[in-house]
Amino acid sequence: MPKRNLVAVPNQHSIIATCFFNAPRDLIFKVMNDPETIPEWWGPRVLTTVVDKMEPWSGGSWRYVVSNTKGDEWAFHGVYHTIEAPLQTVLTYEYEGLPGKVSLETTTYEDQEGGTLLTTTSVFQSVEDRDDMMQSDMQEGGNETMDRLEELLTSMQVRS
Amino acid sequence: MESEQVFKAVADHHRRHLLDSLAQADGQTLTQLCASMPMSRIGVMKHLNILEQAGLITTRKVGREKLHFLNPAPLHNVDAWLTGYRRLWNERMDRLEDLINRTQASEQPKEQNDAET
Repeated sequence: MPKRNLVAVPNQHSIIATCFFNAPRDLIFKVMNDPETIPEWWGPRVLTTVVDKMEPWSGGSWRYVVSNTKGDEWAFHGVYHTIEAPLQTVLTYEYEGLPGKVSLETTTYEDQEGGTLLTTTSVFQSVEDRDDMMQSDMQEGGNETMDRLEELLTSMQVRS
Repeated sequence: MESEQVFKAVADHHRRHLLDSLAQADGQTLTQLCASMPMSRIGVMKHLNILEQAGLITTRKVGREKLHFLNPAPLHNVDAWLTGYRRLWNERMDRLEDLINRTQASEQPKEQNDAET
């Protein structure tokens, strides 16, 4: 099994990402749901992530603001639907730059031999919403060279 | 929609294999391409046809031979669509991994101390 996988099936509403960590489930759940540690991993390294609000309980809300040194800001917010430590979280997710394109993000933490399998499934309201999100999501811009054909083709593998 | 055709074309692993093969050696004949495919000549022709319709390969007749060439241009849109998100996700997971390693490293000496006392 690959350590990481990101699948966005053409013509479907979802993105499924998995990652295996060689660490206990409790620890992973803790660092991913703690306002103290969110700034250390949630956003890109070159940007600063600030937790504006984080109420990790059912019905609570969250808002993170990501900024660069020039003062540009990108904000994200949503509401927690389920927090079931250390098994799963279900929350809504909205990028304020694309208002109304709300997705539902379910993260499960699975105890496996030697570590924990993290699976995040984001379900968008339409295929178009998903594709807009993937294109706008803090993309640094600039064209990647197209020399890694194999990597690209692997990423296109469709799960049916 | 053009990119949909491209997605469909690369969704099949035989067709991805054909593209990989051309990425390694461009300008192959049908016979050369058939050599590594577990199917009939007609089956390979069918896949090449789909790839050609999606604009992923072009063909040129040289004498009696028909040569097949890779054209990655239609993949650019597909690539741009996924690259930004993939980069973001990977970086997030890298940072999470670093943080978990740091946290584990700082917890370990404490556990050892606890065990000693």
